[in-house]
Amino acid sequence: MAAKVASDWLNACSGCEIAIVDMGERLLTVLDLVEFVHLPALMDHKYYGQMGDGAHLSFPEADLGIISGSIKNEEHLEVALEMRKKCGAIIALGTCATHGGIPALANSWANDAMLERYYSTETTDACDAVPADGVPPLLENVSALDEKINVDIYLPGCPPHPDQVFGALAAFLEGKTPELPTKSVCDTCPTQREGKGKIGKLRRFLQAPQYKGADEPLDQMRCLLEQGLLCMGPVTRAGCGGDGVVPRCISARVPCRGCYGPVQPGGNQRLDMLNALASNGIDPASLPETVSMLRFSGGHGMLKPARR
Amino acid sequence: MTETRTIKISPITRIEGHASIAIELDDAGNVADSKVHFQSIRGFEKFVEGKPAEELPRIVNRICGICPWHHHLAANKAVDRCFGVTPPPAGQKLRELIQTIAQAEDKLLHFFFLAAADFVIGPDADYAVRNVIGVAKANPDLAKKVVQMRYKAKMMIEKFAGKAIHPVAAVTGGFAKAMTEEDRKWMLEGMREIYDFARFTIDFAKKDIFPKYMDAIASLGVINTGFIGTVDSAGALNLYDGKIRLMKADGSYTDFDVQDYTDYLGEHVPSWSYGKFPYAKSWNEGFSLDLDNPKGIYRSNTLARINVADHMATPAAQAELEEFRQLFGRPAQATLLYHYARLIEEVYACEHAIEMLEDPEITDPNVRAEAEPKAGRGVGCVEAPRGTLIHDYSTDDNGLITRANMIVGTTHNLGPINMSVDQAARSLIKEGHVDEGILNKVEMAVRAYDP
Repeated sequence: MAAKVASDWLNACSGCEIAIVDMGERLLTVLDLVEFVHLPALMDHKYYGQMGDGAHLSFPEADLGIISGSIKNEEHLEVALEMRKKCGAIIALGTCATHGGIPALANSWANDAMLERYYSTETTDACDAVPADGVPPLLENVSALDEKINVDIYLPGCPPHPDQVFGALAAFLEGKTPELPTKSVCDTCPTQREGKGKIGKLRRFLQAPQYKGADEPLDQMRCLLEQGLLCMGPVTRAGCGGDGVVPRCISARVPCRGCYGPVQPGGNQRLDMLNALASNGIDPASLPETVSMLRFSGGHGMLKPARR
Repeated sequence: MTETRTIKISPITRIEGHASIAIELDDAGNVADSKVHFQSIRGFEKFVEGKPAEELPRIVNRICGICPWHHHLAANKAVDRCFGVTPPPAGQKLRELIQTIAQAEDKLLHFFFLAAADFVIGPDADYAVRNVIGVAKANPDLAKKVVQMRYKAKMMIEKFAGKAIHPVAAVTGGFAKAMTEEDRKWMLEGMREIYDFARFTIDFAKKDIFPKYMDAIASLGVINTGFIGTVDSAGALNLYDGKIRLMKADGSYTDFDVQDYTDYLGEHVPSWSYGKFPYAKSWNEGFSLDLDNPKGIYRSNTLARINVADHMATPAAQAELEEFRQLFGRPAQATLLYHYARLIEEVYACEHAIEMLEDPEITDPNVRAEAEPKAGRGVGCVEAPRGTLIHDYSTDDNGLITRANMIVGTTHNLGPINMSVDQAARSLIKEGHVDEGILNKVEMAVRAYDP
């Protein structure tokens, strides 16, 4: 019998769901092996019954629940709790679900400050009150999934590579625990490292790194960090290149920004990076700011509003 | 004896994002009011403050995982302007090429994965099969071809530009890498194959789908509004750059430079939606969603773009536009025609990508100009699949963001979506009679906009 799968997106952008669709023909294989019972991106199962007359939000039972996105409002929380109740195992899909993701940058401000700006931009008409009719109330901050429910399988990435989504589903269907990379991006990066450099300072990514041209293989290019560009590779979980292994941003000759979250599940990408820079004699004050080092992992209390 | 009740469609499905519908019935069982609640609010306008401007294209692309390239590029254009840097021609061309391929891929996604089930399986079919999985089971060969073509387009972007979703390859001052002659050749070959599929798709839809739904096209979710889109200096539809054309329902229009967008566009804050409802402030008529007498309401996305354009810049798409206009006039108002317009744009996107890949200058190694952080203001704009996408930033002397405003493609359509839902609900739900098929048809009025 096909495994039943329920999937939903919370405080998310849909990139993780598109990564599922981007499995290509493997998607058709997956569709043969699983029965989706809830998947708002692609099918029409409703929270309150198909006629919209149910009193409570309700999910069908499923063997596996896949949740993308973080938790920011009461409906996100309700969906997460209901899925935990109805699903045998829960996959946190993508860095928003595992660590908060980009939307958790909002955790540096209180809701009032965010709402005040959003409803007073130069194009916005004056309004008396924040909309509240029929929209779910906001929670105080953006939470990763495991701050609210137990998670069985973590699949970080912004978005996770389709190879890993497929690998994780295939493993689950065989009753195995998916094997995911545990190294750092640097461990899988082909660029040339010459050891501790003498750069002292970092420069902003406003000029191209040095390499001989588009024809030059990546393994001939000097490590971008050693070229003086901030690259979050040392403190970021590997895997973004999928089965092809080469880190995706590096293959575009662009430094890593950390989208797979910390190497260790509880790691702090900012602290770890500042330590890595210090041990290489690089002055972090040469950067205009360092909050952005937590741009993918601001959940779990990592980012908070400044005290007044 | 009946009583007032509210039907809740939650969530709206086969769209991108979070929204629900509340249809209020009066004591006779007729529709008193319908509201669409757009539920997402993340606060990008606030949390980009203080970040280095050159990092924004890699942050704001997370606004949307379906159209991240468009946010990435609108942001890059805004940052270029803040820092006063102009990308070299090949840098501009690579940005436009990848944006065009992303447009081509997106339209296949929407037509086949999200919308097709309503037409191929049927609007009244059981929800368990009324989806792409049902379409795939009923048409396995077509499904395989669709999946292959989309995969080809996505992998083309990933192989050349590193990341397809949440891109990184456009950078301040241009593009991060040049295109080799080898890249150009395999991408050209791939695009020619996708073009053939685009031709197949529009022919298939014109022959096997649209003729069956002419009644629905003439009635479902039909409203009367203005339109917005981007055109080049000759008035042809342009997805990457040009002037903004704001057209009234009577077909008269004004063109403006996007740097002046605040003179033309405003955003109304409804009490029932986190998402703001943009409107044409420059029409000086205020804002109203009244079905008989809307005020300030215009639409974006495919139908809007082909309505505001005088012509298409490529031959096959131009022939399709002429045929479309013969049938439906200009501006065409029927909401389900968004699907038809989407397939015309698909042909254009493929033709234009091929044109660009045949241009020898695209492999010029000079793809990036150096920039320095400085204080400035810049508005960047492209046509995202769902509409005119505007990013507006200010920076301080150190090039950090001090202020950001964004008007996202889909949001132009939030007011019109609310109107189309209200129109569909009022015409389909009478004297308390409502079933699953009717509720799905109400949602079809939303799906046409591909929000």
